[in-house]
Amino acid sequence: MQKVFERPKGLTDNEFAYCPGCLHSVVHRMIAEVMEELDIIQNTVCVCPVGCSVFMYEYMACDVIEAAHGRAPAVATGVKRVLPDRVVFAYQGDGDLASIGTAEIIHAAARGEQLSVIFINNATYGMTGGQMAPTTLIGQKSTTCKMGRDPQISGYPIKICEMLATLDGPSYIERVAPTSPAGLVKTKKAIKKAFQNQIDGKRFSMVEVLSNCPQQWHMNPIDTFKFIEDEVSKVFPPGVYVDR
Amino acid sequence: MHHEVRIAGMGGQGIMLAGQLLAYATVIEDRNVVWFPAYGPETRGGTADCTVIMSTEEIGSPVSSSPHTLIAMNQLLLDKFAPEVRREGLILVNTSLAKAPDYRKDCRIVEIPATDIAAELGNAKAANMVLLGAYVQMVKPVSLDSIEKSMKEALPKRNHSFIPLNVAALMKGAEIAAGMDLG
Amino acid sequence: MTTRKLIKGNIAICHGAVAAKCDAFFGYPITPQNEIPELMSDLMPANGGIFLQAESEISAISMVYGAACAGKRAMTSSSSPGISLKQEGISYIAACELPCVIVNVQRGGPGLGNTLPSQADYFQTVKGGGHGDYKMLTLAPWSAQECYEFMPLAFDLADRYQNPAMILMDAIVGQMLEPVDLHNNFEICDYSKSWATIGARGRAHNIINSLWIDPEVMENLNLRMQAKYAAAQLHETRYAEYRTDDAELILVAYGSPARIAKTVVDMARDEGMAVGLLRPITLFPFPSARIAEYAKNGSRFMALEMSAGQMVEDVRLAVNGMADVAFYGRTGGVVPTPTDILNVVRASFSKPPVFSSYPSERRSVK
Repeated sequence: MQKVFERPKGLTDNEFAYCPGCLHSVVHRMIAEVMEELDIIQNTVCVCPVGCSVFMYEYMACDVIEAAHGRAPAVATGVKRVLPDRVVFAYQGDGDLASIGTAEIIHAAARGEQLSVIFINNATYGMTGGQMAPTTLIGQKSTTCKMGRDPQISGYPIKICEMLATLDGPSYIERVAPTSPAGLVKTKKAIKKAFQNQIDGKRFSMVEVLSNCPQQWHMNPIDTFKFIEDEVSKVFPPGVYVDR
Repeated sequence: MHHEVRIAGMGGQGIMLAGQLLAYATVIEDRNVVWFPAYGPETRGGTADCTVIMSTEEIGSPVSSSPHTLIAMNQLLLDKFAPEVRREGLILVNTSLAKAPDYRKDCRIVEIPATDIAAELGNAKAANMVLLGAYVQMVKPVSLDSIEKSMKEALPKRNHSFIPLNVAALMKGAEIAAGMDLG
Repeated sequence: MTTRKLIKGNIAICHGAVAAKCDAFFGYPITPQNEIPELMSDLMPANGGIFLQAESEISAISMVYGAACAGKRAMTSSSSPGISLKQEGISYIAACELPCVIVNVQRGGPGLGNTLPSQADYFQTVKGGGHGDYKMLTLAPWSAQECYEFMPLAFDLADRYQNPAMILMDAIVGQMLEPVDLHNNFEICDYSKSWATIGARGRAHNIINSLWIDPEVMENLNLRMQAKYAAAQLHETRYAEYRTDDAELILVAYGSPARIAKTVVDMARDEGMAVGLLRPITLFPFPSARIAEYAKNGSRFMALEMSAGQMVEDVRLAVNGMADVAFYGRTGGVVPTPTDILNVVRASFSKPPVFSSYPSERRSVK
């Protein structure tokens, strides 16, 4: 019998422990497929973050390093500088990349490090219990802003793609929303491009994925997609910010 | 042989360089040496001093409680360091800018108007070399020849054009000191 | 015949790193260690290695972590406030059992402090610093020559024990010029690093991680690390002694205060006081057993530090009540002179102080 669908070779046999409806597993799978399609599983080093995807090393079939919170771009820089012929990618959430690790991501981008970064922005700290994130929308509730984010107290969401696009270092920056069949296709394409760029010797590539958190948003998964399309996308518009 | 010398003055008077030349020259002559720049509140206000310890033995303390010799390029640091000179030590004073102390009767005090002499030679900045030359002539911790040889190493390339003037000032200082020895 | 080059301790560190075949240097500017990144920016590329100035101390140690994961010899250098920032990374590196070398040219503290000589980071260095039960193998050079020779040693210890190694210096050792014999008599061993994350070619994937949710698994890591530290205590303890054989009083000091103490030992001996010097070369592992031996034989001790009293605690632990342990320290960048220390020693022999310099009441010229 012909096999038309199987587990990508870029994933281990471990079952995902993510919450039902969470997009982490979808993006993990896409990365695994991309590694397989580009035949780089044995040549890739993944640097994973602190946050919900902290156990990413359980799922990726390539070599994996667990970084300290926010430091993945610096750790990935250390690997890539001494192993320039390997493919090195960092996977980071919004707390990791846009809060505690802002210096690391900005300077990795500014240096034009030959890295691929997958940035999962779900506007909350999922693992620690739904606290306010740097990307939490104005008015969006969290356990540390129970009445909704008040800009008088907590300021405004950080727009990482727009910020990094002001730098000369990056080769490619795109924001995607995998909330529809078309969005999923676009997301996979963007991730593949971020990896292909690195293989081609281009410089810093980052894909920001507008992601969800059914658990902490207190929504069912379908509603989270609608929230991303109607609300999150307004603050964080999908699109290509840098491609050169 | 174990000799400790402190060189002190204002920033820009070539204090560190004079000490480094001694250190390089000591290495050329294959003895032990430690050069240590001023550390402490005294570094405030643009003053500079360094300690050079030269020895045929392994050197312990890089810090000198009481040097055998003080080379003082200005009044401020002469006043500060003259009391610390070892009993019956040597104090070289740049009398162009400082008045010799009258309270160290136990020490040999050598007065040389180094800044004026250097100016006559073409550049007042070579005053450090005049005093260094006098010191080397009197104490002989290294030869003048080794000091001369050290200049290329101690000076950055862009300053190599000053070497002939420095050598002239060094020799002039030595000559003055030699004259004093005879007297 | 070997030629000796007149260089600063900081410069000797750089040449030592090259002799150790260091692959990568990551750092961030801070006084009084700036000669190190400045020279490494030339030496590393010239020797086929990597130099990168990071955006922060935190990033620099994270880059060291990455390069160490890749199986390379990586290092960073900094000074006290910068080393505080590196503590996160050091804890991770220790927990992942990775080798690397960290150089701390200590300065006066706490806080921003000043750029003058100090040894107030002893606790931070040997008692943890970062979170968790880990130790750093710590070498304390007292000369530019040792700065040079301890770099290959530090990398070798780091590789052998798969643990971060630290070179703990003070600004005197870093800034003073001394002749150094830049010999190449080092045996640079090639350690197998099958754990390195360099791409999972022909094997299962490697994971470098310090997250262990299962408490028993986490405890097993801790037990393995403690066994490693016990082995280091047994095999790697290094110290030097000077005129200790018949010493009634043994001065205990490391780094530049040990140099000053050596001069004081000779001064005291000239005055008939039986004084010796025990210099810990490794601060972890600490030469506790040797100190205990002397304590048993009736010597008393005096710890000398440029701190408010940190290493003295390890001397007291080693002595364990068997002998008196006195302390003399200066802080904030003040460097004790040989006479300062001699007078403390004289006091301990019930002798009055001596003045090396001219009486202070006559210091004024006017």
